[in-house]
Parts: sequence; C-alpha cells; structure tokens
Amino acid sequence: MSTTRTSTSVYTAINSAKTTRALLKAAGLLFIGLGVLGLLIAAFGIVGISPVVSGLGGVLILTLGGLLYIWQVRKQVPVAEQNNGAWQNSMTARGAVAWIFGLVLTGFYVLLYWYPASLQGLIQAVAPLSQWLRNRPADQWFLYGTFYTLAVLVMGVHALLKYRNSPYHLIRTCSVIFFQLGFAFLLPAFLLLLNQPEFYFSYFWPLKYDYLFPATVAYLVENGAALGVFMVFWGAVLSFIATPVLTYFYGKRWYCSWVCGCGGLAETAGDPYRHLSDKSRRAWQWEVAIIYPVLGFVMVTTLLLWVNSWSEGRLLGDFSHGFASSYGFFIGAIFSGVIGVGFYPIMGNRVWCRFGCPLAAYLGLLQKHFSRFRITTNGGLCISCGNCSTYCEMGIDVRHYAQQGQPIIRAACVGCGICAHVCPRGVLKLENGPRGERYAGTPLIARDDIKLLG
Amino acid sequence: MQANQHLVIIGNGIAGFTLAQQVRRQSNCRITLISAESATHFSRPALMYVYMGHMRYQDIVPYPDWYWQENNLVSMHDRVEEVDFAAKQLQLQSGSSTAYDTLVLATGSCPAFYNWPGQEAAGVQGFVSLQDLELLEKNAKGINHAIVVGGGLIGVELAEMLHSRGIAVSMLVREELYGQNVLPRQEAQLICDHICTQGIALRLQEELAAVLPDATGRVRAVRTTRGEDIACQLVGIATGVRPNVEFLRQTALELDRGILVNAFFETNIPDVYAIGDCAQFRKPGPLSPAIEQLWYTGRMHGQALAATLTGNRRAYARGPSFNSAKFFDLEYQTYGYVPATWSDAYDSIYWQHQNQHKAIRLFYDRASSTLLGLNLIGVRYRHDLCHHWLEKQYTIHQVMQELAAANFDPEFSKTYEQELMQQYREHFPQHQLHRKSSNWWQLRKHFALFSKAASCLQNNR
Repeated sequence: MSTTRTSTSVYTAINSAKTTRALLKAAGLLFIGLGVLGLLIAAFGIVGISPVVSGLGGVLILTLGGLLYIWQVRKQVPVAEQNNGAWQNSMTARGAVAWIFGLVLTGFYVLLYWYPASLQGLIQAVAPLSQWLRNRPADQWFLYGTFYTLAVLVMGVHALLKYRNSPYHLIRTCSVIFFQLGFAFLLPAFLLLLNQPEFYFSYFWPLKYDYLFPATVAYLVENGAALGVFMVFWGAVLSFIATPVLTYFYGKRWYCSWVCGCGGLAETAGDPYRHLSDKSRRAWQWEVAIIYPVLGFVMVTTLLLWVNSWSEGRLLGDFSHGFASSYGFFIGAIFSGVIGVGFYPIMGNRVWCRFGCPLAAYLGLLQKHFSRFRITTNGGLCISCGNCSTYCEMGIDVRHYAQQGQPIIRAACVGCGICAHVCPRGVLKLENGPRGERYAGTPLIARDDIKLLG
Repeated sequence: MQANQHLVIIGNGIAGFTLAQQVRRQSNCRITLISAESATHFSRPALMYVYMGHMRYQDIVPYPDWYWQENNLVSMHDRVEEVDFAAKQLQLQSGSSTAYDTLVLATGSCPAFYNWPGQEAAGVQGFVSLQDLELLEKNAKGINHAIVVGGGLIGVELAEMLHSRGIAVSMLVREELYGQNVLPRQEAQLICDHICTQGIALRLQEELAAVLPDATGRVRAVRTTRGEDIACQLVGIATGVRPNVEFLRQTALELDRGILVNAFFETNIPDVYAIGDCAQFRKPGPLSPAIEQLWYTGRMHGQALAATLTGNRRAYARGPSFNSAKFFDLEYQTYGYVPATWSDAYDSIYWQHQNQHKAIRLFYDRASSTLLGLNLIGVRYRHDLCHHWLEKQYTIHQVMQELAAANFDPEFSKTYEQELMQQYREHFPQHQLHRKSSNWWQLRKHFALFSKAASCLQNNR
C-alpha cells in the first residue's frame, strides 16, 4: 500500500518541474521569434547585413527554438494528454493566431508563385546551400523545397513525440521524412549536380501531372539519355502498375501517408490542424463533386496534349496547351499550394488531398473497389464519443461506421491511423484482409442502414 | 407500433435514442424523445473530452440534425414534471402536455450522495450530466486543489479532467486499491500504479466524512474518515449513481431503487416500459446486477425493447457481458465474467508485462476448464472472437489454440500471446495442444463472425 500512496509533497515536485518546463517553452518561443526576425531581415534586406548570415542563421535558430519548444510541449506530456486543449488554443482552434498564421502562409505562396522577385533576399540566403548541393544558383523553387523539407523534418519530430507509443506512427512518420528528405530534396539536387534532369522519384502522374505530358517525356529522353528513359519508365510503372498492385495489398495509405510529399507535410506540419476538417455531409458532397472532375480534367489534358503531339499541332493548335496551363494555374498552384497549405490553420491539413488531388481520387477508387484494406471496428465496443471523426484529417465521419459496428471503407481514407490512435476504447484497427465479406460488420450491434452521402 | 400511435420516450441518452432509432427501422409510428438535459442525443462517455478540449460539444453529438429530420424523430427539450398514467398524459415544465400511447422511461442516473455533513456547500458536485459539465467549468475555475471521492470510472475521469487543467487532484478511495471491488488484485495494483504515475494522489482506504465550507458557503476542505482535514476548492462526488426516478415516487408505478421491470422491460402499468440505468429487473439474469448501469447495457436495452415494440417480442438476454474503460493512457477491456476474488473452483492464467502497464487474464472454471472471462489491460482483443469463445463455452485449451487470432493491437505492435502461452504451459504441462489455424480471417469466415445483412436486427445473444 505504501507504494501506491502518494503524499501531497509530490505536488511541489510537479510544480517546480512545471516552472522549468514553462521557462524552456518560453526560451523556445524566444528562439523561434529571433529566427523569424532573421528571416524577415533577409527577406527585406538591411544594408550591412548579409542575407546569408541573417537568413541561414535565422533558419538555424528557428529550427533549434522549434525543437526546444516541441520537446517541452510533446515529450514532457503523457500520450493521452496530447490533444488537451486542441479546441481551446487560439493556434489550433481557428483563433486570431491561426488566422494570422494562415495569412502569412497564404501570402508566402502568392509571392512564391506570382511574385518570386520579392523573395530575392531569402533566395540569396539559401544560395550557398544550393551551390553546395546542386552546384547552381538558388531559385524560388529551391527556397521552397528547403523550407518544405525543413518543415517536414522539424514537425516530423513533433509527430514522433506526439505519437511515440505507437509503432505504426513512428514507422510511418520516419517513412514520410525519408521520402521527403531523400527522394524529394536530396536526390533531385544530386541529379542536377551531375547535370542530369531534375526528377522526383516519389511523385508521378496524375499528381505530378506533367510527368506524362509529351513535352516532359521528350525533355527527359533528350536530356537524360538512358537515365531519362528510365525516369519516364519509372513514372509510368508507378502510375499504372505499382499503384494498383500496392493499393490492392495495403490501400491508398502506402502512398498518401507513407511516401507522398504533400501527405508528408500534412502528417507532420499539418498534424496540429487535423481536427479542423469539415465532417458534414455537405462537405462530402463537395468532395465527390470536385475531386473526380479534377481527375477527369488531368486525364483529358494529358490525352489532348498527346493527340496534339502526335498530330504535330495540326489537330488542336494551341488548344491543348491552354488546357494544360489552366490546369497548372488553377489546380497545381492555387489549389495544391495556396489553399492546400495556406489554409492549414483554418480548414485543416488535407484540403488538397481531400478535395483536389487527382492521384488521391485514382487511389481512392482503387481502395474502395479493389483493395484488401479496411479499418475494422471491434465488435460492440464503440461509445460514439467522436474522437475518431474529430481527428480524421480527411473529414470522414468514422464514428458513423464505428457506432454501427461496420468496417470503414472509404475512398478518401489515407490510412494515417490517427482515428485508431485517439479512440479511447481501442475500437479501430487498420488492417489488410481477404476481400470476401469485406463490408460485413460485427454481429454484436444492431445496425441502421442510412445513407450518409444523402 | 401502428403508424397512428405515439411512442414517447423520456430521456435521450443511449438507451432512449437506440430505442427510437431501432423502432423507426420497423415502424412509421410517431416517436418523440423528451429530455430536460439536452436538445439532442450526445455521447455521455465523451463529456470528459469536451472539458479537456479534445472536442467541442457539437463533436460529441453522434447524429446530426438531418438524421432526426429524415427519420422523423421529434426531440423536445423539456422536463416532464408529472406522468398521468391513467390518462396517458405527460405534464411538461413549459406548461404544455403530451399524450402517449406507449411510454418508455429512460431517465438514466444521477450521482449518489450519501448525506455527508456539508455536502450542500458550493463546489461539491457529481459528474453525470451536461449540466454537471457546465457546473464543473464554473466550479473549477482558478482553483488549485480538488478532491475526488470514489474509486469508480467516473472518479478517474474527473481526476483526468481536472488534472488536464493543471489542478492537483487527490482521490479518496474506500478500498485498499483503486478498482478492487471489481478487479483482481494484480489488475487493480497495475491501474493504481498507473494513476499514481500520472501525478494523482491516491488516498486509499480513506473516505469522506464531512465537507467543510467557509463563511461564504463554499467548500474550503474535506474531513476524511481518518480525521484528517484536506484543503481543497472542489469536491467531485463519484461514489456511484442511482436511478433518476424521484419524480415518479408518488405514482402508481412500482419502484424499488429503480423502476421495476420484467425481462421485457414491462413495468406494472400496461404500455409503460423502462430501460437503461433507471430500470431495475425483478429477476436479474445470472451474474447480472438488478440495475445495469453501463453505457453498453443501455444500448442493448434499447435494441431489445425495440424488437418487442415492433412485434418481435422477446426476453432480454444480455449474453456474455463486456465493458471497456480508459484510465489516463491505459486501456482496459473485459469480456465475460472475471470477479475480484474467487474460490478454488476457479483459476486463471495471468500474464503481466515486466515494466510496462500491460496485463492479460484468462479466467476459467477448474473442473470443466471452461473459459469464463478475460481481462485486458493495455492490450486489445477482438470482441467478436472473445464473444464467440464465451458463447460457445470454449475450454481454455481451445482458446489457446485460437489465441493468436484475438489480438487487435495496431499494426507493428509487439504481441504477447507467446508469453501468455508460456503461462498456460506452466498451468497445464501435460496438455498437448493440437496445431490449428489461428488466422483471424479464416476463423471469422469459418464461424461466420459477421453480420451479413447490413440492417438486420440482431438479437443480443
């Protein structure tokens, strides 16, 4: 008994630990502030201060401050308490801080896509890194890639600590970090260093829509010789063979929450905003009404470009290029960038993946109709609490299925596994099993056959 | 239920709501749910997550407004003041009245207070209803120390909630260990250890003697049965719940602690039924209490009565029981019957992790080796398969052959069935296990552990 009985003196210990934690947290925030200041100085330029010193220095201090802060708010807090206050904190509950952050992010994307000259200071700041990695000057896309990868790395640590008791999340998070850092940042830079075409082996059509456009194919084959031919081959294999096969065995998650860079950013930097996704029936109707037409759009665009290429422009003239450039503008830039990431703090972290990504649409169709993947509901154990639905970044009303004892088989599900993680009764399990009786639920709950989509 | 009849359900908790939902599947009758607590059905076990900021109130509402409209379920946010059983009429607080053809009482529970001196002081409260949550927001504002009285599930929920706001919490628990009245000693010890490592001060074998208010009538301290005074600004009463039936006391309805019902949930008055926490069985089933106060049993009551009301009259049979809970980081599942203590007629195979808070217990009858129940702490098992074992009265030997299929932990988790098997071999060194497939998907198919029709109304057995 003496072992379990704690005296009140414990509280002094807890309180002093709390004070230390608060101090370290404040120090972390201070460093973050200094880092941002450094970046601002680099961006706007102050005579006498080199943008490299202030910019790269700012990035370094920002990273250190971020890690210090993350350690305090995640590692020092038990696993079950990681979502405490998610709906009470201004930063994660669409408060003033979230709006400011959203505006800054959106603003950055607008400058990046349409006013890159305004980012000269920051581009100069990462120039030495670009020289070292790629042996060429930096441009806005290198700046973007650097920031993006850094966000995945630092917030990857955040995710690793937040979900530290779950092997699934540890492995999955390491996987997205690996693919972003290795396949989407270092390898393309290395290819440029060797004077080869820049190529992202972890992206493919229809997400990386131009990888099957005739112009890209011609460019790769002409400039990359054998390697270029391999790149075209690799892209085609991923799109048409690997995708159906891997999705059959593991569901869409093998790509969306293990490999993809957009998914990687969403699962790391976007993780604190996952509960902001809209779970209403209306949102699902919008999702279906947008994402499949986008897939159709990119398919038609690709087809038209090839028809045009084969007919050497006689058949369609400039028409197909107009199609391609409007796809690039509306879907590639505005949707995936400005809205997809800029609106993280307001609409959640998977807006692009849920409403816009043509590859997600393609993977989703395969997952729904041609896959062994499902999320099983454990018998009659669901208590309808709603944590699963709330923390579903894809806005799936997971509870709707769980409380009726049904497996969750939805085209949208990216298999992040957070629903199973936040469930307080261990009711959900991501698994791959035989397709026979895949939709059948538990015999232990009476069901209600309502149509959620309306 | 005929289309022109009016089914009125008092209470929109899980029992009342499930009943309405399941009756609607079979009948076009008028259905009205009346609740003084909330305008719509919400998940009671989720209230704690609203306080802790994991969710907002609207997130713990499982069925949105369109569901009510499309299913023509009418919800009235009003209090029933009086039931006129002779005239089949309800008198509501708003002044209006409602007639019914069939009345179902699903009024749930309220916290049980035991007439402690000073219990009326401000800052002393239970935690059952939405109003209790609102009160807690008020009572816990700016305080630094709270006392939770009682060692049940609500007690630990309250402790976790208050702890999440940085409030120091001491729990007064009557028993030698938290949960000892329902859990075997080892499990209870494990959970105690876990609660302590979260920073909760567990004061075991200590009960509330009196609440000591200050001059303004607010609690300033509690006095325990050991005669010690502990300063605090809030007292959470979690010493159990009792049926919420006071408004029915002076009527023709037969009451004991709860509303007395038979196995069809029929009260002594025709066309009046009671389900959920407020119902008390005249003849409880074997190993079942007379009043079933679990969220899950509320749902089962609703399902069973819905069948009876829609022409498929059948007695309620709970079947192998189950329950689940979470103590801070620690998940707990129990299937079947595992008592806190037992005689030589029973035995169990018990495995516990060396340094993590994980344990598995298989409880069985010594003479027949029949499995009677399972306790799982920090490990998840498949409900469908455990239910199948218990229902088919598997022996412990048969269970061990299928054990590997039962695990429901997330992918890549370490499994402990091998270690449990080691324990089994120590219990039964002579027993040879025949090799048998223990693949879940094959067992699921073989025993048909799924419901074919998405909408068939299953019986509870």
